[in-house]
Amino acid sequence: MVHLLQYVFSGVTVGSIYAIVAIGFNLVYRTTGILNFAQGEFVMLGGMVAVSLATVLPLPAAVAAAVVLVAAMGWLLEVALFRRLRRHTLLHMIIITIGLSIIIQEAARHLWDEKVRSLPYFTGDECSSVRLFGAAMSPQVLWVLGITIVIVLLLMAFLHLTLPGRAMRACAANPAAAALAGIHLPNMRALAFALSAGIGALAGCVISPISMTHYEMGGSLAIKGFAAAVLGGLGQPMAAIAGGLVVGLAESFSVSVLPAAFKDATAFAILLVVLFIRPRGFFGRPFAEEGRNA
Amino acid sequence: MTGPSCRQALTPFFLAALLITGAQLAATAAHREFYLTQLILCAYYACVVLGLTFLVGYAGQISLAHGAFFAIGGYATAVLTTTPLRNSTEPWVAWLERAHWLARRPGLYGGEILTVSPWAAFLAGLLVACLAAVLIGLPALRLRGHYLAMATLGFGLIVYRLLLGSAFAGAADGITGVPPLRLGGWLEISGRASVRVRNYYFAWGFALLTLALLRNLLVSRIGLALRAIHDNESAAQAMGVPIGRVKLQAFVLSAAIAAAAGSLLTHTNGGLGPSEASAMKSVRYVALVAAGGMASLWGALAVSSILNFFSLRGWFGTLDHAVFGALLIAIVAFAPGGFGFIWRGVGLQRRLFRPRKKRLDDDPRNP
Amino acid sequence: MKRVLLALVACVLWGATGKAAEPPIKIGAIFAVTGPASFLGAPEAKTAQMLTDQLNAGGGLLGCPVQLILKDSSGSPEKAVSFAKQLIEEERVLAIIGPSTSGETLLIKPICEEAGMLLLSCAAAESIVNPVARFVFKTPQKDSQAAIWIFKTMRDKGITRIGVLSDNSGFGKAGKEQLETLAPEHAIEIVANEIYDKDATDLTDILTKVKGQNVQAIVNWSIVPAQSIVAKNMRQLGFNVPLFQSHGFGNIRYVQQAGRAAEGILFPAGRLLVVHELPDDHPQKNVLMAYKKDYESRYGEEVSTFGGHAYDAMMLVAEAVRRAQSTDRDKVRDALENLTGCVGTAGIFNFSATDHNGLGLDAFEMITVQDGQFRLYRP
Repeated sequence: MVHLLQYVFSGVTVGSIYAIVAIGFNLVYRTTGILNFAQGEFVMLGGMVAVSLATVLPLPAAVAAAVVLVAAMGWLLEVALFRRLRRHTLLHMIIITIGLSIIIQEAARHLWDEKVRSLPYFTGDECSSVRLFGAAMSPQVLWVLGITIVIVLLLMAFLHLTLPGRAMRACAANPAAAALAGIHLPNMRALAFALSAGIGALAGCVISPISMTHYEMGGSLAIKGFAAAVLGGLGQPMAAIAGGLVVGLAESFSVSVLPAAFKDATAFAILLVVLFIRPRGFFGRPFAEEGRNA
Repeated sequence: MTGPSCRQALTPFFLAALLITGAQLAATAAHREFYLTQLILCAYYACVVLGLTFLVGYAGQISLAHGAFFAIGGYATAVLTTTPLRNSTEPWVAWLERAHWLARRPGLYGGEILTVSPWAAFLAGLLVACLAAVLIGLPALRLRGHYLAMATLGFGLIVYRLLLGSAFAGAADGITGVPPLRLGGWLEISGRASVRVRNYYFAWGFALLTLALLRNLLVSRIGLALRAIHDNESAAQAMGVPIGRVKLQAFVLSAAIAAAAGSLLTHTNGGLGPSEASAMKSVRYVALVAAGGMASLWGALAVSSILNFFSLRGWFGTLDHAVFGALLIAIVAFAPGGFGFIWRGVGLQRRLFRPRKKRLDDDPRNP
Repeated sequence: MKRVLLALVACVLWGATGKAAEPPIKIGAIFAVTGPASFLGAPEAKTAQMLTDQLNAGGGLLGCPVQLILKDSSGSPEKAVSFAKQLIEEERVLAIIGPSTSGETLLIKPICEEAGMLLLSCAAAESIVNPVARFVFKTPQKDSQAAIWIFKTMRDKGITRIGVLSDNSGFGKAGKEQLETLAPEHAIEIVANEIYDKDATDLTDILTKVKGQNVQAIVNWSIVPAQSIVAKNMRQLGFNVPLFQSHGFGNIRYVQQAGRAAEGILFPAGRLLVVHELPDDHPQKNVLMAYKKDYESRYGEEVSTFGGHAYDAMMLVAEAVRRAQSTDRDKVRDALENLTGCVGTAGIFNFSATDHNGLGLDAFEMITVQDGQFRLYRP
């Protein structure tokens, strides 16, 4: 029983990171129609920047600065690159964002290096362990869960209670009508990119002490995040949370029955099954997207 | 085909043959024959890119799984030809041997090794790759856009992870010690320096043959159907094109080409590693298709040979992946015709590279 | 432009000094200088360079200068294979030292054997020299010996039920096989046996699974950063059984990465790490002290056993060339196979036609981590 709980905690921890990546996917996808394959790189960059800044700044300041910097980068990407590419076809946009993800990865490899690095633990150190309902874990796990909940709540409040948030939702629902109502669409798109980059970076910071930061980590996070997004229903930001948790738990429980080396294949297998059987996910509306031929 | 158009189609083949022969003579004359080693590998990688051009450029179906198909072919060869069948008393081993599917060779450390024969392994690789392509293609090709890209990527990553986690496939290290593949008495496909020149001509002959096959398919009924699907799927369906079947055929064909190339390259290299199945490899193939001009077989052949040669010689150093990433963005975003603009300027384009006039799939989301 | 300038400078220099010089003896080296195995490859490359400079400062070998051709495989077996082919065919080196990891070496072994290229591996797996290939030697201690040391220590501590973790590289696989074969002889039962990806950065799940098996100790067999991660994750899970590592733990930077979680880790290794605790009359003391002093003063970082493996490889090639009085590869090989009593950092090498490692069980000591430092383990 305690064992079961131990797997649950481990699954929920990685699952919440997938969920944040998936939320980022959805925010950008809903407002711009672009599926940004480079989403996972924001998580990597967040961790990398924070690790570097933490050598000169206190930890909270380093994390905050990393989030702001990476969000600014997301905004810049939209303004400098994606805004100019609105006329390109879907196939082209897929290829471009894949290329972007490689460029960011390689830039990180040259800026930092290939070594695995990590932020210090937010509380305690590498030996600290807390017990919750009999399961033992690093206090950092609680940080990850706590910050994920805070991100989700703040995002919901932003999208539903503030003017820019509602404008963004309007863009997603009907761009033409939103433009007629006086909403500046390009600004909203840039905001979506900045927001998704920022929350990705924050996720990258909290997870860094647990699963470390490495220049290559973004690629597989993006795909698992996408799996979570599709599972929840592409374009449904909050449904992605359920998707992320399912993927994380499945991965963690797969270790108990399969050889550990196959753990990563589990998430991809789930992705395929969902895509083939129910491409609109758990909560997606039928025929909402162009996923399948009519 | 009638006279003039036939000559028009054959001209590039003559030019290519001339170039290939010239490169070999130059390398031999300059005592730099080891360059041919990389050029042989280039030819096999070019085959993968040609098959993918057929699928992405002409049929409009993206695949991020071609590294996996390549690896399936290569690993089938490597695993089957290096795993010794020790329990040769088992009935199925005896049966296989009677069917001439097994081969014996002296071991490096003495004794004799009994394994599946390279030819049987080659066919097994093709079979497994085709089977995997059908199994994954049937459901995946009903998807479009992001979903198709992600489904193929997911499949590729599963193959990659399975290879990394399987001890029989050498896990993280891969396999070496693959024996040569013998083609008649005069040619064996292996990395030995003594057969390098022959292998060079075989590899490039194989690449040109692949190109010829694909080119002929493109002007056949199936090719027309594919282009129709590419331009407008619904219209093609309304015209009675069996879109599901045609797409699947194209997918399986290009997967089979990748697997064949993977198997031949494994014999040439004497082994292979799991990175052949990684997402990065698959993405690089797509980058080369894009750089070749998306729907240009000759462009894909030229660009992939040149870039792969530099990459294999290590000229890009640590910027190897970055070069391909930058290429993807730069070419697709700013010059969708690929490197075609160079030869278009020279005026050779119409005869040699025939890029398609129409823009690639027009997406309703981006009017 | 820079390259052209460099080439010009090289030409001028060559013109100035090259007339009288003998053709250099080329020695190839393949090390994982960058990448996940850089804790192995970086000190190895530095050591090889240092020894080359020392040899040349002393007049070279047989009057010829020594040229080190260093290739960085970044730990990728595929790169290592292609570099090995280049060194054999294009550079035509006398011998190759390295690669750093067992996986790379095992892939190169048949290539070197077929080409008749002398290979002195700096990797640990026993399968590198068993079966014996005529041209393949190795300098680190065998993993079977490491397993025996670990099991003996366990018996002393009264441990009988253990869990084994290993990575999916050649080193992990070879170590796991040795542990599995040798466990019954020492009356030790392996109740959990898990393999993880060598790039894994979070091993909580696997340790959770092993924890459920009620083991009395864990053996982790890998060379990558996972060695530190295992230690950390165990503490976080409140999993407080002794942790044994392989002889791949011999770089103090693994300890630094694991921080406080590294305390009490046990592993077998050569005496280089604990040279200050050796008695003065120990036969290896002088060699070890000299290497430690040279390396630490030149590079400003602590020595590791891995650099020591490269030291031994270079030293053995030089010694074999001197004994053979020739740079003919076959003669050097024969001389190397007949070397005995050669004191290195890993131990005293006694090669023979059936033993291309040449080290005995006494080449190891059991070492532990105490206050962030390596110490001889005294039960």
